Amino acid sequence: MTDSPAISVKALRVQFGEREVLHGIDLDIRRGETVVILGGSGSGKSTLLRTMVGLEKPHSGSVRVNGIDLASAGPKEFDIVRKKIGLSFQNGALIGSLTVGENIALPLLEHTNLNASTIEVMVRIKIEQVGLTGFENYSPSQLSGGMRKRAAFARAMAMDPEILFFDEPSAGLDPIMAAGIDNLILNMKEAYAMTMVVVTHELASAFLIADRIVVLDRGSIVAAGPAKELRESTHPRVRQFLDRVPDSEDDDDVDHLRLYTEGSVAKS
Amino acid sequence: MNPALRLLATIGTASEDAFSYTGGLAQLFGRSVFVLFRSPLKHGRNLNRAIHQAMLGGVGAIPIISLIAFFIGVIMALQGAYELQRLGALQLVASLVAISITRELGPLITAIVVIGRSGSAFAAEIATMRVTEELDALETMALNPIAFLVSPKFLAMAFMLPCLVVWADLMGVLGGSFFGVIGANFTFGSYMAATRDALSLRDVMTGLVKSVVFGLVITAVGCQEGFSTGAGAEEVGKSTTRAVVISIFLVVLVDLIFTALFYVTHGGA
Repeated sequence: MTDSPAISVKALRVQFGEREVLHGIDLDIRRGETVVILGGSGSGKSTLLRTMVGLEKPHSGSVRVNGIDLASAGPKEFDIVRKKIGLSFQNGALIGSLTVGENIALPLLEHTNLNASTIEVMVRIKIEQVGLTGFENYSPSQLSGGMRKRAAFARAMAMDPEILFFDEPSAGLDPIMAAGIDNLILNMKEAYAMTMVVVTHELASAFLIADRIVVLDRGSIVAAGPAKELRESTHPRVRQFLDRVPDSEDDDDVDHLRLYTEGSVAKS
Repeated sequence: MNPALRLLATIGTASEDAFSYTGGLAQLFGRSVFVLFRSPLKHGRNLNRAIHQAMLGGVGAIPIISLIAFFIGVIMALQGAYELQRLGALQLVASLVAISITRELGPLITAIVVIGRSGSAFAAEIATMRVTEELDALETMALNPIAFLVSPKFLAMAFMLPCLVVWADLMGVLGGSFFGVIGANFTFGSYMAATRDALSLRDVMTGLVKSVVFGLVITAVGCQEGFSTGAGAEEVGKSTTRAVVISIFLVVLVDLIFTALFYVTHGGA
């Protein structure tokens, strides 16, 4: 079990209606590894992440998390998998009717038999880890974007998960706040040695936190390897992404049309 | 296509959609009941959430329901007195108000106010949670959105609607008595005595039975519309509007069915 990958994605295809957005993805993520899935807007990286946590169903292929195939898993197996993962959403997705503290306490209340005082202590520890001490009783709407992301980290960490997923952790934040979030991820990586999957399009963040980078383009993996190897990649799309070279206007139009043309992505 | 065939096809499609929608509501209710009783350890928390919903949707509605039911009572008395006076039967105004309020208007007015306050709020809350990925967050935490969001609402509404209807009945009768004392030579005591004589337990019970079903319908439609919302703020608005319109239609339909059933089973009484 320990040698088996934490996440194993085989020949994964995901479709929305007739439009295929992931075209046969193969990816193994080892235990304790931090993998960054890098790609531009519409590359399918968020869909890949959502499929890895079971929010999207594969059209074909398989996603195994801790050895459990999500495509064929029943509700109980899904629960087993989900109690061992944490997902920090792009915009936090904190429950608006609960305070920050209640959001973090929620999975502990629902899935453990811990008493209220123990849960309170655990919430305080998680809040301290993400630097939000004193904000336990604030509602999510009273927090800034960066604080909401931190609170979402704390909630994702609440059950001490084996695998932690981040969806665009530093998107929409100023450089100082983004650097703070990167540090937070690095600290978690050092402290817990857990498996982390980070979806982002921020190059600086990716190279800072990744053990391995996977570059996704138009629903396919075009490059994968350690950060250093990726920097020296000669793949034209990877180079274009790393060197921040815009698509030609013609390509832009074709890409835009492709988003709306059902099935056409599959053939690209 | 032949116009008659086209009409038939339209009716067929609409009927299929209606059955499918009603099936969806029943499924939501069934799943809510199932998760409510599946995990006894979570009953305490579900009850707390239900009490919170009952306070929001039930207790919070008391002032507006009181006012509307009181006015409806006065209006019924005024309208009734107009005709009854011509027949020299003004003393029957108390019976008219009592029976019409307890059997029909109390439950219906209460349901419509609750649709406006709670049904729309359920749809908006769940639709917003869909748009902001809060429902996805619940799922990834292995929390069932139905257990977390829907079951407590069903529990709260099934309990609060009958309570609100009793209150609305009382306020409607008080409204009638307001006219009775001022315009129909009743004393407050004689008006209440006339009301008591006019009412049977069955009048009140038919209203209460209907109100439980109204509560379930309002919750099911509000939650269903919330879950099935599309992306964006505009869709949240559309879901809320649909929840209100469909709830009002279904409440009136359920009212019709129950009234017909009561009529048939009690020999046209």
